[in-house]
Amino acid sequence: MRMLRTAAAALVLLAVGCSKKGSDVILIGHVASLTGSEATFGDSTDKGIKMAVEEQNKAGGVKGKQIQVKTLDDQGKPEEAAQAATNLIVNDKVNMIIGEVASSRSLAIAPIADANKIPQITPTSTNPRVTMDGDKVRPYVFRVCFIDPFQGTVMAKYATETMKVKKVAVLRDVGNDYSVGLANFFEDTFKKLGGEIVTDQSYKAGDQDFKAQLTAIRELNPEAIYVPGYYTDVGLIARQARELGMKQPLMGGDGWDSAKLYEIAGGALDGSFFSNHYTQESPDPIIQDFVKKYKDKYGAVPDALAVLGYDAAKVGIDAMMRAKDLTGPAVRDALEQTKGFRAVSGEITLNDHHDAVKSAVVIAIKNNEGHYSATVNP
Amino acid sequence: MTEFLQHLVNGISLGTIYALIALGYTMVYGVLKLINFAHGDVYMVGAFAGFYFATATAKQQPTFMRAVLITLGSMVICGLLGWAIERFAYRPLRQRPRLTALITAIGVSFLLEYGFQLQFPGSWFPPGPTPRFFPELLPRFTLEWPTRFGVSLSNYDVIAFCVAIALMVGLQWIVYRTRFGTAMRAVSFDAQVAGLMGIPVNRIISGTFVLGSVLAAAAGVINASTHPRIEPLFGLIPGLKAFVAAVLGGIGSVPGAMVGGLVLGLAEEYVAGYALSSYRDAIAFTVLIVVLLFRPTGIFGRVTVEKV
Repeated sequence: MRMLRTAAAALVLLAVGCSKKGSDVILIGHVASLTGSEATFGDSTDKGIKMAVEEQNKAGGVKGKQIQVKTLDDQGKPEEAAQAATNLIVNDKVNMIIGEVASSRSLAIAPIADANKIPQITPTSTNPRVTMDGDKVRPYVFRVCFIDPFQGTVMAKYATETMKVKKVAVLRDVGNDYSVGLANFFEDTFKKLGGEIVTDQSYKAGDQDFKAQLTAIRELNPEAIYVPGYYTDVGLIARQARELGMKQPLMGGDGWDSAKLYEIAGGALDGSFFSNHYTQESPDPIIQDFVKKYKDKYGAVPDALAVLGYDAAKVGIDAMMRAKDLTGPAVRDALEQTKGFRAVSGEITLNDHHDAVKSAVVIAIKNNEGHYSATVNP
Repeated sequence: MTEFLQHLVNGISLGTIYALIALGYTMVYGVLKLINFAHGDVYMVGAFAGFYFATATAKQQPTFMRAVLITLGSMVICGLLGWAIERFAYRPLRQRPRLTALITAIGVSFLLEYGFQLQFPGSWFPPGPTPRFFPELLPRFTLEWPTRFGVSLSNYDVIAFCVAIALMVGLQWIVYRTRFGTAMRAVSFDAQVAGLMGIPVNRIISGTFVLGSVLAAAAGVINASTHPRIEPLFGLIPGLKAFVAAVLGGIGSVPGAMVGGLVLGLAEEYVAGYALSSYRDAIAFTVLIVVLLFRPTGIFGRVTVEKV
C-alpha cells in the first residue's frame, strides 16, 4: 500500500514535470489525529488553525501571499504521524508543520522536521522531550504550551493545598510518553509537598478492562486518583471506578479536555479535577472574543485544543511575517525570537528550550460539565 | 478478602468472554484443523452489528426484549459472515496445504480490521477508526447483597455470565445430542470417510463456522455492553487471548475452551491486581508458552498418535 502510494506520488510528480510549487502560496502542513481514540484533538486543532489562517488571508496573507493548510490524518498512531510529516515535507514542500497534539506523535515528527530544516510548532505537546534531542534543543521544534514538569506541579499543588488530600493513587498509560512523564512529575512534587503515593498502577491505551487495577486501588483507599491519560480511556476508567463503588475524585491533565470526555463518563467524573491551558469562562476580552468567533463559525465552544491550534498558527504566521524570507532556517530564526506575543491562551515568549511559559488553570467537573476552579502561575 | 472476591468477579466476567470466543476457535480447529485467525474480528463485527441495531432502535425504550432482539440480530449477521468467510475464503483452499489456509485466515482478519477502518464521507458504514460507544441496552444497577462482602456486582455481570453459560450448555447439547453434532464429530474424526458415509461435509463445515461466529457475536454484544468502547481493531487482542485460552484448554475440546477462558481471565485479573498491572497481556502469552512446554495438548487435550 505504502509503495503504491509512493509510486502514485512519484507519477504525479513526473506528470507535472517536477514543477516547483506555485510560489504565490504558503503551505502549512498539519498532522492531526482526525480519527482514532483522540479524534476530537485533531478535529479541534484543525478548526483552530483554519480559523487563524482564514483571518490572516483576509488581512492580506503573509508577504503578499495567501496561506493554505494541508491536513493529514495520522489516526492517532506515531508511525502514521511520521509518515504524514515526511509526506508533507517531501511531496507537498510545506513551509511549516503544525502538530501533533500528542507528545508521542510529536516526538515521532520532531527528528523529521529537524533533518529537513522545516519548522515544527506543536500546539499542545507538553512532554519536555519533544523539543529536546538528548541534552540539546532541537533547533526546528517549538511549542506554544507549557511543559509537564509545570503541569504536574500544578495538580500536585492543587491536590495538597486546595483539595487537602494526602494519599493519592496513580494510574498511568504506560505506552504514552505524555502520561508517563506527567505521572512522574506529579509524583515528584506531590511527595515533596508531603503527600503519599499509595500505589502506582498502569494500563495501556485501548484496554477494555481497568477493573483489576481499580480493585487494587480501592483496597488501599486513597483520597484521590491521578489519571494523566487521554479522554477516551479516562471516561471508561471513571465509569468502571464508579461501578466498583469508588467515590474518590479523579485528577488529570490537559489530555482530558474534550467534549467526548463527558459523553463517555456520563456523570462518573463529577467532583474530579484536571489541569488545562485555558478556560472559556475567563473574563479576559481576548478569550471571550475568540470564543464568540469560534462559536459563530463552528457552533461549539472551543476546547483548549482549538485555542492552542489557533495560537500555534498565529505564532507561526507572526514568525513568517518577521522572517526575512520564507525558507525554513529564516522562519526558524524568527520563531526563536518570539517575545511577548499576545495569543488567546496567554502571552507567549519562547524560552531557550522553545517552550512557552504560561499559567495553567484547574477545571472542576460538576454536573458533567467542566468549570473554572483556579489559576496557577509558573 | 474483599479484594480477592472482587478480582474473582472481575476475572470471571472477563473469562466468560474469552471462553465464548475460544469456543469458535476450538470448533473450527476440531473440524478443519485450521486456526481461524479471523475469528477475533468476527467478534468485533458482532459488537458493531449490535451497535448499529441499537442506534437504529434508539428511540424505543430499553427493554429486555429489545436487548435480546439486538443480540439475536447481531448473531444472524455474524452467522452470515462466518458462512461467507468459509464459503469464499477457506473452501476453495481446502485441499491445499494447511499453511495456505492459515495465511488466508490472517488475510481475512486484516481485511475485516482495515476494511472497517475505512471511511466514506456521509456514509455510516464502515465505521472508521474512531471508537464508538455502545449504548446501554438495559438499565444498569448494582446488586445489593454482594456489597455486604465488599464486592460490587452489577446486573450486567450476572446477565453476561448466565447468557454465556446458557450458550455453552446449548453448544454442548448441539455437539453431543443432535444429528448435526454427530455429523460434526464424524467430520472432525475423518472428513473423507464421513463423506463416504453420506454426510454432507461442506454443509457441516459451513454449519460449524456459522455456529462459532454466532457465539462470537454473542460475546461481542455482551462484552460491548459491559465495556462500551468498540473500534475496528478491538477484536485483535481478545482474539489472540481466546486462542491462548483454546490452546490452554486443549484445542478441539469444547469444555476445554470454557475452562481455558476462565483460567486465563482469572490469571490476568489476579496478576494485574496483585502484581504488576503492566504485565497483564504478557501473562496470557506466558501461560501459552508454559502450557505448550509442559502439556502440549492442553488441559483437556488428548494425545493423538499420528498413523503413518
